[in-house]
Amino acid sequence: MVSLSAHGLRSSVEPSRRGFLITMMGAGVMLGYARSSLAAEPARSAGELFEPTIWYGIDPSGMVTINIIRAEMGQHVGTSLGRIVAEELEADWNKVKIVTVDSDSKWGTMITGGSWSVWQSFPVLSRAGAAGRIALVEEGAKLLGVAPQMCTAGEGMVKAGGRSISYGDIVARGDLRRTFTPEQLTSIPIKAPDKRRLIGRDTLALDVPSKVDGKARYGIDAVVAGMVYARLKVPPTRYESKVISIDDSAAKQVPGYLKSLALDDPSGAVPGWVMVFAESFIAANRAADLVKVVWSSGKASTVSERDIQNRAADLIADHNGGSLLVDDPGVDAALASAKHKIERTYTTSTVMHFALEPVNALAFEKDGVFEIHTGNQWQTLILPVLAQALGRSQDKIVLRSYLIGGGFGRRLDGDYAVPAALAAKAIGRPVKMICTRPDDVRFDCPRSPSTQVLRMAWEDGGRVTAMDHHAAAGWPTAVMAPFFMLKGVNGVPYDIFSISGADHWYTVGAQRVRALRNDLAERTFRPGYLRSVGAGWINWALESFMDEAALAAGVDPVEFRLRMLDGAGRNTGSSPSAVGGARRQAAVLARVAQKAAWGKPMPKDVGLGIATTFGQERAMPTWLACAARVRVDRSNGHVAVEKLTIVVDAGTIIHPDSAEAQVEGALLWGLGMALHEGSEFVNGQAKDTNMDTYRLLRMADVPAIEIEFLPSTEAPVGLGEPATTGVAPAIGNAIFNACGARVRHLPIRPETVLEALARRA
Amino acid sequence: MTTFNLNGRTVSVHSPDDAPLLWVIRDELGLTGTKFGCGIGFCGACTVHVEGRATRSCITPVSAVAGAKVTTIEGLDPAGKHPLQTAWLELQVPQCGYCQSGQIMQAATLLKDYPHPTDRDINAVMAGSVCRCMTYVRIRKAIKLAAARMREE
Repeated sequence: MVSLSAHGLRSSVEPSRRGFLITMMGAGVMLGYARSSLAAEPARSAGELFEPTIWYGIDPSGMVTINIIRAEMGQHVGTSLGRIVAEELEADWNKVKIVTVDSDSKWGTMITGGSWSVWQSFPVLSRAGAAGRIALVEEGAKLLGVAPQMCTAGEGMVKAGGRSISYGDIVARGDLRRTFTPEQLTSIPIKAPDKRRLIGRDTLALDVPSKVDGKARYGIDAVVAGMVYARLKVPPTRYESKVISIDDSAAKQVPGYLKSLALDDPSGAVPGWVMVFAESFIAANRAADLVKVVWSSGKASTVSERDIQNRAADLIADHNGGSLLVDDPGVDAALASAKHKIERTYTTSTVMHFALEPVNALAFEKDGVFEIHTGNQWQTLILPVLAQALGRSQDKIVLRSYLIGGGFGRRLDGDYAVPAALAAKAIGRPVKMICTRPDDVRFDCPRSPSTQVLRMAWEDGGRVTAMDHHAAAGWPTAVMAPFFMLKGVNGVPYDIFSISGADHWYTVGAQRVRALRNDLAERTFRPGYLRSVGAGWINWALESFMDEAALAAGVDPVEFRLRMLDGAGRNTGSSPSAVGGARRQAAVLARVAQKAAWGKPMPKDVGLGIATTFGQERAMPTWLACAARVRVDRSNGHVAVEKLTIVVDAGTIIHPDSAEAQVEGALLWGLGMALHEGSEFVNGQAKDTNMDTYRLLRMADVPAIEIEFLPSTEAPVGLGEPATTGVAPAIGNAIFNACGARVRHLPIRPETVLEALARRA
Repeated sequence: MTTFNLNGRTVSVHSPDDAPLLWVIRDELGLTGTKFGCGIGFCGACTVHVEGRATRSCITPVSAVAGAKVTTIEGLDPAGKHPLQTAWLELQVPQCGYCQSGQIMQAATLLKDYPHPTDRDINAVMAGSVCRCMTYVRIRKAIKLAAARMREE
């Protein structure tokens, strides 16, 4: 718990100096996020501000303004990144404010995804902070009339002996011209972990206060004078739909209704979409229900979930296709000659994002620049699409940043900005487009359904000699960001985010990993990035399979894994982010087994299941192991998850409270996707379009949770998504241990359990 | 035209009688702390108080609150320091924050009805409030913390 009095927030009497500064900071946060008026921020004269890098500036009052290029969507990322800068800058945290910046090419790639923000930013922002400190110390020393070596920096001051000068005064009086080349920047040493005073300590996240009193401003809250409201009419298929006719005669009875237009989209992002305009959202919403559009639909109009999964099975059955990530010699020979082997197939259903803030955007042209006001996770990806859609260059388009009411990867795909921009261009007025919940879901880029086949061979005694993993799904990166595709060892491109986890840290002898792109999935819908993406379905299969193989080999499942997590060969691990390799995964696994009392007898129909993963990509392993304790009701197949225990090694933890919050959230996302969440495509459309039929996790579904971070000073890695990945297989394994029913499909609904029980009988 | 009391002030609005209260509050009256999530009363993001009772404003026609007292998150406490809001801050409950106005408004009526809320009470009363970031663990803790403080007062 944070002490609010220490943050000056609780006292209702005279505000302390500290309290006043926090209030200032709050105002700064609001400036960054919210634009109740669309006036530009006050211009700052360059001479008054010390900006040693683009990442922050210090004004003559000593206020440090840190520029945050990552979207704030619940991870309190601005606070974590701000503290990384402030740590090395030796800033006074009470004189730090963060500003979430708008799109600009000077920021480089703007993306908030992959749980990468802290991992990617730490080396850059640490050294940016350190560079500023060096310059301030040098200049401060001059002003104090001492040698720089005599000075120390701390709490926003340069000190020498009994004297000191504040950063603000150095900025006001000094001649700060120190510059650093990129080479100099990368070679600046950063603090030893034991010298840190912000990193690893809790603070009240800067975005939290505005989220308890209704003041926080999200994209859906953006307004501009003269705007009209708009709602989409979503076509019958995601691609290839064409508008034949629009009949708005009934809509004309709605007061405030303006008109309906088929959007002409040169970018191809929203083919066949129709926009309904009105003077209020109430009117636009009603009118859209009354507008009748006749479309010719695309080829996917008859595709079902089963068709997509059948296509996946066919792709896997064909030994020729796909991309090979790992292709050791001897896999087929080992499998063919093995005395002991198993083969299993695992599937997962379509999962929707259901972020609580439906996608929306406000778009208008002002002073020759097209402004798009909306929360977005990958500005760099959607800007060229907007440029194509609007027929103008990217430098004449800006994405204004807002808080996001839940990202989870939905807003990595900025496609929702396109119809708003096209609409504003078409009618020459600012347009505020708001999707209703069903519109948002039909416009979603879901987690693709997946099918996987795994094979393993072992010797007497359980030593594994070969492993073969084939995974088929629709690939978000292939559709959205083909330039991000990697090449397999056979030269065929693959989407790393749809296969991560299969290239695991277990030593398994001869190994093959084959990623298959489900073309039918990609023709039917836009596959999206959804919290942990492929690592969610890959680890479901892998870690269920590990238990099945251990059982078949007659080895304890934890012991079976520990033997393979030996850190040998390619699993040794390397700097900077994977130091220690598989040994660190073994450590979290051993620890969770201990914490959850693995091996202890359980009551009847209660089972403990364990799974371990490395989060997402091999290049950024977040080591974790999860234990689930479940109770199964054999009469109806109901699974009650009683407790989830997780042990995480994410290297250095920047902001412990936020880290724990991310793990809590990700664990429960994992639980929701394990037991409840899942939809299906019917006639080319997602079947469940609102919360009456799409089952989200609610308060009563939350089990006891125990979270432990292993202490570490290694490089900080990701935390937003990894904890989703171990939950489903831990639950599946627990169900087996409770009642002997092996489930191989997600979500694990009661009927899935009953079928598995029947199969066993 | 419908007249009602919003956060202690009388307001008259021109939206049609059957317009959802949510959009009247957000778009006509400009208070955006109340959020739109599902439009069918299944997520709770739009929860306000009507005469002190938690009400889903997305499915409440504005005519239904004629003459009534309506309270939104902005009016829950004049200084934004309702014990729930303070507990929410101390435990850093919000992640994305989008559902939290609705959660707090729902929890405020929970504490009126159940000053000693049990886990079962919390499960039952908060069942209609979805948090997609899954801050449920902290919501539960914060409700209990606020309840303890309110009993002390």
